[in-house]
Amino acid sequence: MTNTSPIAMPAPTGSAKKPQNVVKEDAMWLQKELINKNYMELATARQNNRKVSATFVPGNLNELLMCFDFARSLPETNALQNGMRKKSGKFIMDAERDGQSEDVCTYVKADLGMMMGGEVGPTGDPMPRPDVLLLSYTGCFTFMKWFELVRHKYGCETVMLHVPYQGEGKIAPNMRDYVVKQLKETVIPTLERISGVKFDIDRLRQYMKESVKAEEDLVKVLQSAKNRPSPIDGYFGAVYYIGPIFTAFRGTPEATQYYDVLRREIEERVRLGKGPVTPDGDMGEEKYRLVVEGPPNWTSFRDFWKMFYEEGAVVVSSTYAKVGGLYDFGFRHDPDHPLESLAEYCLGCYTNLNLPSRIDMICKYIDEYQADGLLINSIKSCNSFSAGQLLILREVEKRTGKPAAFIETDLVDPRYFSAANVKNRLESYFQMVKQKRTAAMAGLAA
Amino acid sequence: MRCFIGIDLGSTTTKAVVIDENQNVLGRGITNSRSNYDTAAAVAKTEALINGRFHLFRQALAGSGALNGSLDGFIGQLERDFRSEQYLEQLKDLEATCHRAIETARLADSNKAVGEALAEVFKRLTVEAPALFAPGAKRKSDFFRDIAGSQYLATGEVVAKEVGIRYDALLNLFDRSIIEVENRVYGDSVRRHLLAALERSFVAMPEMSSRRAQIEAPIKGVLDTEMEETYVVGTGYGRARLPFSKEHIRSEILCHGLGAHVMYPGTATVLDIGGQDTKAIQVDPQGIVESFQMNDRCAAGCGRYLGYIADEMNMGLHELGPMAMQSTKNIRINSTCTVFAGAELRDRLALGDKREDIMAGLHRAIILRAMSILARSGGIRDEFTFTGGVAKNEAAVKALNELVEENYGKLTLNINPDSIYTGALGGATFAWRAVVEEGKTAEARA
Repeated sequence: MTNTSPIAMPAPTGSAKKPQNVVKEDAMWLQKELINKNYMELATARQNNRKVSATFVPGNLNELLMCFDFARSLPETNALQNGMRKKSGKFIMDAERDGQSEDVCTYVKADLGMMMGGEVGPTGDPMPRPDVLLLSYTGCFTFMKWFELVRHKYGCETVMLHVPYQGEGKIAPNMRDYVVKQLKETVIPTLERISGVKFDIDRLRQYMKESVKAEEDLVKVLQSAKNRPSPIDGYFGAVYYIGPIFTAFRGTPEATQYYDVLRREIEERVRLGKGPVTPDGDMGEEKYRLVVEGPPNWTSFRDFWKMFYEEGAVVVSSTYAKVGGLYDFGFRHDPDHPLESLAEYCLGCYTNLNLPSRIDMICKYIDEYQADGLLINSIKSCNSFSAGQLLILREVEKRTGKPAAFIETDLVDPRYFSAANVKNRLESYFQMVKQKRTAAMAGLAA
Repeated sequence: MRCFIGIDLGSTTTKAVVIDENQNVLGRGITNSRSNYDTAAAVAKTEALINGRFHLFRQALAGSGALNGSLDGFIGQLERDFRSEQYLEQLKDLEATCHRAIETARLADSNKAVGEALAEVFKRLTVEAPALFAPGAKRKSDFFRDIAGSQYLATGEVVAKEVGIRYDALLNLFDRSIIEVENRVYGDSVRRHLLAALERSFVAMPEMSSRRAQIEAPIKGVLDTEMEETYVVGTGYGRARLPFSKEHIRSEILCHGLGAHVMYPGTATVLDIGGQDTKAIQVDPQGIVESFQMNDRCAAGCGRYLGYIADEMNMGLHELGPMAMQSTKNIRINSTCTVFAGAELRDRLALGDKREDIMAGLHRAIILRAMSILARSGGIRDEFTFTGGVAKNEAAVKALNELVEENYGKLTLNINPDSIYTGALGGATFAWRAVVEEGKTAEARA
């Protein structure tokens, strides 16, 4: 499974608990506060008499869930948080002992392992079992199996929103109608019943007004990478930027405020001609501009990032930064048509796109962000999205004439991050880009 | 004269190649990588420079015509005498180091008795030394550790019995001393050894004495020519250990691609099967890498696979290929996992299959893995160059030829007898380009 969104800056390897010497932008601190606040809301949900929902990042119907006062948990985010905090390895092994095979998605195993350890979340605070599992099915079949396992084990209520796959590469009106119908007839009544709160469409409209503002600012932030040097890293940095909007904060005034602060901060970096902020401070000279497909590795996140910025490589755009909502091609939540826009949001998720659409999108990024090439980080335990990645690579190479490379890691299983191998391939790739560039320049001169 | 050097620090061996101003290969050197990459790099480089000197001797002597008809014989003698000189110096060093080690070793026998035995062992080794370098003498390896080790162990056992001390004591001293001796670089004694060897050669070939002056003049001329290390490029897993700036480091993918192009300018696809990785590389007509793939997450299908099988069969690595060539029946080995292949091998033996047929099946299994990596890199194009240690294995080459023809039709398959030096040659060529084409000068490590 791809997706998710992130949180707190990862700790350096081997020193998870030490106060870190890590450089962060102001917006990063604000982001961390938000994420921690959500964990506190989950921790205190029971005592505050709030029901708890769980739903996945792609197709996350946050505004709708807020209409029913749910405290909102996002299982992939919990898994990656545990990955960054070096807790996922044990959880995965616990889940394997419980009968999950080695090839199962490691987000799933990290989540199951965490739940087996009692009701404790990544921050060490209580993490109550969900009262409802809202499965917004947007292209990753593992999501369905995942909630099925959770339901089987803990007897949670489940409600499924079936989102048709964009097999033809476009959203037909009947697809949208189908999703809206399910929202009206199944999802909303179920959420009303479980929460005991009556659905109020004006409340949904109000949240969506906030969503639009945050979405506008997020797009500006992500597109700032079109500048040279890019003021942000559109992959490693972007996982922080997408945190609030892809999780429990889309539609909240806090998110609107966060993206406003972030946008200003980035605009200032552009004005000053600065590159991205890395955990070691401002990045040095920008030597390579890349587009990345696939989620990052979370267990060695900082080591992984370092392999890029140390070589002067910045990711200008990534498909992963779109996993909780694809806004840069114009989609916005629409307060005037709230249910229809929730349907379109789900249908337009990156995970719900077919291969040709994903290829088009990557080619567009390479062109618009003046990237040197494409890098695919293929996830060992992701059966949904590893299929077709080599085909994407070939096709993008062919269409853009830019070199592409392929590396393999995993989401949260520390056993599948081989630093020496990854570094070797990355360095080879960067040098290959450089060599091709030099050759192309020599060709032009000649 | 200006020399351009490439050093490939591999997991098993470290290779160096020296080329001149006109990109002619002057010399090649190889040593075991041991645990110390600094020394391995220094030793391989020294060896390559020595090899280069002999190349220059040959050139100078051929030009002078002083040795008409007996050039090969004389150079061969000189080289053996030189090796013998080198060996004797290292042997002396080893003796002194072993004697020092007695002081700190806790031995069951008296130090005095062990010291006497040690002296006797080295006395005999010194007497035996010339025979090791006699014309036609066969050595299992050219590395000091291996030659001295096997002599020492055999002689030590005899001497221990004769003087009535424990053989363990002598073994212990050798083990404690060999690493220290192996990690000393004897670069500055090359000239002295060469001059001493020259004397020996005249003694061994008295018929040459009449032409002594004509022979000596060009040799001394070459010895007085400084082989300036103008620029060094390092590659391989140990590359970061080289005492140069990043500018001097290239990934082995680029070096293998370029090295294969230098060896065979028509190369379009390169397959390299080394000790711990398998690389498939596509290069353009200038030797620039266009794309590459490597084995992922697992070393199955690499050289180590054969090493493991050899251990399982209690055979030498170099015996596997010839045995597989005797096969008369196709046996399919399905497992691509090294360890499972071991199990499959025993299972097949138990079923009564012949060793040679199983061996052929194992070689085919390795090549099937390589074919899959090649396919992922973009397939095999004409011409196809096969490099790395496994390219020396005839059964692997046979399986490759068959599978290539089956899948891609008839192509030119290039295998160079010096293919183990492909990466180092690519490195040397990068060094040459840096200076001659890009006007760079050497930079120290920051």
